[in-house]
Amino acid sequence: MMRIKDEIVKRHVLAVLVDNEAGILARIAGMFTSRGYNIESLTVADISEDHAVSRITIATNGPPHVIEQIIAQLDRLVPVHSVRDLTEAGPHVQRELALVKVAGKGENRIEAMRLADAYRARIVDTTTESFVFEITGAPEKIEAFVGLMREVGLVEVGRTGVVAIGRGPNAA
Amino acid sequence: MAERSGAEILVETLIDLGVDTVFGYPGGAVLPIYDALYEHSKIKHILVRHEQAATHAAEGYARSTGKPGVVLVTSGPGATNAVTGITDALMDSIPMIVLTGQVATNLIGTDAFQEADTVGITRHCTKHNYLVKKPSDLAGVVNEAFHIATQGRPGPVVIDIPKNVQVATTDFSRHSAEANNRYQPQIEGDFKAVNEAAEMIMAAKAPILYTGGGIINSGPKATESLRELAQLTGAPVTSTLMGLGAFPCDSDQWMGMLGMHGTFEANMAMNKADLVVCLGARFDDRITGRIDAFSPNSKKIHVDIDRSSINKTIFVDRPIVGDVGRIMEQLIAVLKGRRFSAPDYEEWWARIKGWRATNCLEYPANSDEIMPQEAIRKLWLATHDRDPIITTEVGQHQMWAAQHFGFDKPNKWLTSGGLGTMGYGLPAAIGAQLGNPDALVIDIAGEASIQMNIQELGTATQYRLPVKIFILNNEYMGMVRQWQELTYESRYSNSYSESLPDFVKLGESYDWTGIRIEKPDELESGINQMLETDGPVIVDCRVAKLANCFPMIPSGAAHTEMLLSAEDVKGTMDDQAKALV
Repeated sequence: MMRIKDEIVKRHVLAVLVDNEAGILARIAGMFTSRGYNIESLTVADISEDHAVSRITIATNGPPHVIEQIIAQLDRLVPVHSVRDLTEAGPHVQRELALVKVAGKGENRIEAMRLADAYRARIVDTTTESFVFEITGAPEKIEAFVGLMREVGLVEVGRTGVVAIGRGPNAA
Repeated sequence: MAERSGAEILVETLIDLGVDTVFGYPGGAVLPIYDALYEHSKIKHILVRHEQAATHAAEGYARSTGKPGVVLVTSGPGATNAVTGITDALMDSIPMIVLTGQVATNLIGTDAFQEADTVGITRHCTKHNYLVKKPSDLAGVVNEAFHIATQGRPGPVVIDIPKNVQVATTDFSRHSAEANNRYQPQIEGDFKAVNEAAEMIMAAKAPILYTGGGIINSGPKATESLRELAQLTGAPVTSTLMGLGAFPCDSDQWMGMLGMHGTFEANMAMNKADLVVCLGARFDDRITGRIDAFSPNSKKIHVDIDRSSINKTIFVDRPIVGDVGRIMEQLIAVLKGRRFSAPDYEEWWARIKGWRATNCLEYPANSDEIMPQEAIRKLWLATHDRDPIITTEVGQHQMWAAQHFGFDKPNKWLTSGGLGTMGYGLPAAIGAQLGNPDALVIDIAGEASIQMNIQELGTATQYRLPVKIFILNNEYMGMVRQWQELTYESRYSNSYSESLPDFVKLGESYDWTGIRIEKPDELESGINQMLETDGPVIVDCRVAKLANCFPMIPSGAAHTEMLLSAEDVKGTMDDQAKALV
């Protein structure tokens, strides 16, 4: 009999600077799938003044040797300028935005508003029987908020995935 | 500045880059390029019979000349047929440019006739790829593609060119394309790392140099440096399949190939060494055997131009990223600077001598049938003073060639290592012969593999290429059959080569000379007849049908658990081993 073994994994957030060219996202995402790596979330947007460079933030997970490989594999792609492992690099800020739709009447509706207030979520749309909240924060905070909303009439969630940046005055 | 079409810009840029040979096959989406080629006598176009063969021919050309191979195919099936060879070139680090036609930009995504998502399909089997959307981008893209394919760890680059981009015109003047410098691989080794590696070498009592295809790719100077480094250190030298020829087989320090079908002494030495110096190799699973038992007591230095090869499967103590040729020069300089000279490693060589005494490459004598190993040895003896270029297909014959043919120069051994592509050998031989018109080029083949690109007999005939095919015909997909014997109690499921053609008549129908060798006493004269025949020759050499390729490390086993002969075979394996390739 043969069983497949599991390994202990850790979450890492990578900041990847790339040429802003056609197919770059497919190249990065496809490298992850073709080599069997995980993507928890991936965000991408153009960040340079001349629109030539995009920053991709990838939350991934794996044992240390796999994370090392992921970084090396990303780094050898021709359009990739740099890869930074923010988790290894030290203190950094992670933020995510979510839009959370809750429907209901009466006590649930009031409770949803109270909770949103406690989490500093903003109401960006409302009807007499629904709210759309906008919330930003670390992924754990979003997770906790969405968990609470499930109990008071959650109907839909949209999340951006995480963006992250190192603390202090220097660029990564 | 003059108005030029995309197709003309492409052809002129290729000429400026020194391209003299293109392997290809025309079709609707590349007609403008073929028309532009018609005007140019500086580029020789070799018309293959199948696009896969164009890619292998380009690989053979590249591997034997050191120059990048260039392929030109049409959209859709032209491009998809090329995918196997592109992947092969990626796995074996062969510099190659593949130009594919594409439907016009306004038709992309409409499921047009002969449309395929070539850039999508080849994204992960190329080092890089491009879809060119305007003719003014072409020259820059082609220049960058050649740079990427040849610099750093070499590999294939695909340029997908829509038909309207080939036809449309733009202002163009030669030599004006801006070189994009975004790809700059590290060549020089880190000084501190090199020094540390030198110290590890100086401290070793039982070192071994484990060399790979990176040395061949680095160029002839790297081969010289390897010989100097070996002399300076006095260490034994072993090599991967891809690295054969970088070190001369007649040297006392040569251990033979290592790994699954490597020699007993090379594998034992890897296992017992206290220092492994990996030079341009990548700890492939065919080399390491069972990972947790791989060279357990050694410190490891790993020199590789590709950072992602470092610590991929085997954790190493001292990685050095850079060109292996350059780093060997740096190592030699440091060792010489410290007045290091080869210690005698008396105890180490005594152990090696003991392992060598097993004569692991010996095979049972047979007076009725030709032993395949014997055929390879005779072929080597008859040809080695002519510096032949040897290509192979994939399987037992390939491993026997690696074991029994002696190599002493780089760029003479062309084989599909990483991908293990049957059908590689004949087109690769055609490419090698085109790059080396005066060389003796022999494809050592099996009767099953050769049929995978047998149509290329016609290509060799058309261009009057005197390539030789030497088929070790055992009427089996021999390596499959061997694994079935070892792992599945000799249940030979679909591994018999049924309905074989008469290879002699087949060759003759393409205007080749066909020779059949059936008995041991015909072997020498048959080989000589092949060598004395001017044009292309196909030899059907009938060999012992059930001969196995030994020594062998079965899958999931350690270097110390080699099967040396048929007596070691149990005939079955546990599921853990069965699950390994």
